[in-house]
Amino acid sequence: MSEQEARFLATVQAEQRIEPRDWMPDGYRATLIRQIAQHAHSEIIGMQPEGEWIAKAPSLRRKAILLAKVQDEAGHGLYLYAATETLGVDRAELTEKLISGRQKYSSIFNYPTLSYADVGVIGWLVDGAAICNQVPLCRTSYGPYARAMVRVCKEESFHQRQGYELLMTMMRGTQAQRDMVQDAVNRWWWPSLMMFGPPDSASSNTEQSMVWRIKRHTNDELRQKYVDMSVPQAKALGVTFPDPELRWNDERGQHDFGQPDWDDFWRVVKGGGPCNEQRIAHRKAAHEDGAWVREAAQAYAEKRNRQAGAA
Amino acid sequence: MNDSVYDGLSEEHADDARWAYGTGFHDELSGVDRDIPSGVDGADLGLYCQMLGDDALVLAQRLAEWCSRAPELEEDVALANIGLDLLGQARLLLTRAGEVDGTGRSEDDFAYLRPADQFRNLLLVELDCGPGPGGDFAVTMARLLVFSSFRLSLLYRLQSTVDPVIAAVAAKGVKELAYHRDHAAQWVLRLGDGTAESHRRMQAAVDRIWPYLDELYAPHPVVARLIEVDAAVDPADVRAEVEDTLHRVLRAATLSIPSPHRESGELSGRDGRHTPELAEVLGTMQELARSLPGAVW
Amino acid sequence: MNDPLWEVFVRGKRGLNHVHVGSLHAPDADMAVRNARDLYTRRNEGVSIWVVPASAITASSPDEKDPFFAPSGDKVYRHPTFYDIPDTVPHL
Repeated sequence: MSEQEARFLATVQAEQRIEPRDWMPDGYRATLIRQIAQHAHSEIIGMQPEGEWIAKAPSLRRKAILLAKVQDEAGHGLYLYAATETLGVDRAELTEKLISGRQKYSSIFNYPTLSYADVGVIGWLVDGAAICNQVPLCRTSYGPYARAMVRVCKEESFHQRQGYELLMTMMRGTQAQRDMVQDAVNRWWWPSLMMFGPPDSASSNTEQSMVWRIKRHTNDELRQKYVDMSVPQAKALGVTFPDPELRWNDERGQHDFGQPDWDDFWRVVKGGGPCNEQRIAHRKAAHEDGAWVREAAQAYAEKRNRQAGAA
Repeated sequence: MNDSVYDGLSEEHADDARWAYGTGFHDELSGVDRDIPSGVDGADLGLYCQMLGDDALVLAQRLAEWCSRAPELEEDVALANIGLDLLGQARLLLTRAGEVDGTGRSEDDFAYLRPADQFRNLLLVELDCGPGPGGDFAVTMARLLVFSSFRLSLLYRLQSTVDPVIAAVAAKGVKELAYHRDHAAQWVLRLGDGTAESHRRMQAAVDRIWPYLDELYAPHPVVARLIEVDAAVDPADVRAEVEDTLHRVLRAATLSIPSPHRESGELSGRDGRHTPELAEVLGTMQELARSLPGAVW
Repeated sequence: MNDPLWEVFVRGKRGLNHVHVGSLHAPDADMAVRNARDLYTRRNEGVSIWVVPASAITASSPDEKDPFFAPSGDKVYRHPTFYDIPDTVPHL
């Protein structure tokens, strides 16, 4: 091990942050670029499933909440792209990789939103799972990523609560509304468990990431924590999770639960989900349709710079 | 791991005063007198609130169509901010409408249960300006420049109206509209004086929007009665100011100013005679709320 | 081609220094300061924002501890406590 590498490891293991101009192993840099970019892409693609419902939101209060929430996701994407750029890549390059399929985003956004209850369930379960994943990242070893996550997590708490509150309101409404909520929970429960990634036995990156203090908990640890948190919330809401194996295990002091369909997980990761193509096509269209606007702004700035230079 | 996932946040950021988040909120309307001012007709005032509220509501709905489709992520954030400001104004004004017109209708009754011919918004705000085949970012910015210039002048004067609720909404709205106008002007400048393509698109956008300007200043009997009792602003009074702003921006953007001519003379948004585009917007907006009777949201 | 990168500094209130809050892309300084206001302060009135081209910064050592700043809400629904959740529901 080189002296530089030893110093790097000592720094992260002493819970100190690595900052952009510090020396870091190539693998650390590459892992972070992949992970933060994927995280940023997820925020941006994640605008779409809920964004579809802004126009149709059933009250003006819900419309304002949802628009603010989806706007936050754009903001979170921007914080995270900015953090990625401190590692020496630029956003245009990352956007190209996203729309050409060379970088991924969270598979959760490849499922459709079929009713307004999905807005609530995404807030409660999907954002809840995201928070479980993200809170430990507020102490991740790379400074710009950790700081971006602090901002993101603060705002996500509003997202989760608005979702749960919407579901509570719907459960007090008509039977049709209660049925919508249960249906949405049935559809989103397994995909939300998949958000923690494959089982530890099949996760290739976890061990190295933990040594580098990028990750602090394994996928299975976080998934267990999430299940334990969600069960009483479901009970308070009056819904059930579609898992016949889900039960409290007194001996472990945790819930036992069934395994998601990992074949389906890998199928969606590889592009076979119900909305993969639609999501990328949407993002690509926005990016390409906006090219003339970005070019105009650059041309204008160059003209002003030339004028300033000539003056 | 922490029991509550948020506990982890407090370790390094215990000083919550650093987080402006959520702490700066104050209700501009708290303590405002909600009685109908003496001498003012409640039904007229209700209609005027609908006019001002519907303008904001319909444009907010149109701007939200850009969400996740803006030319740049930063612009997604900006357009959502503008949409949220307008939606906020709409909610206060429609609530006021139901309060003073004697019907007790809520903001949602107005937004979701009226058919298109009961909406009182200007034609300008209902037009499909994109994204998609109906327009593009240039048309969206041309409309926003016109609308925000007009509404800023209107709200500035409405700060001294006899209705305390409209006055309070106006005081809040002036700050918001100044930002909207500035944002639109910045883009009109860049698109007009950017590339050959952006110049062509921006000029076409201005040419498309300009025929809807006349309607902004048109007299209306309800407004005329309210002007008599200092409860409304005569839109004709703001014309010179608005056009001065618009012309200055267009000239700086190297755009030519279209000759004013009025389109679709038989239509009048303030009287509920709209383009088919409003029915399309409302079809989408009202679909879910109307499809589940008795539902609570 | 990509817009230049700008570093953003925000003075949260009078009496405080401008602090680095992050970065963003914009074609020019005017747009950068506007975007910064939208993104990093959610348009909180009364704060002061500086934008500096990232390329104009000369760095010494990287071991500064960058403070952090959060966006503001003039929108009460952004605040988690706006949502009335019974105390009996755990972990929310």
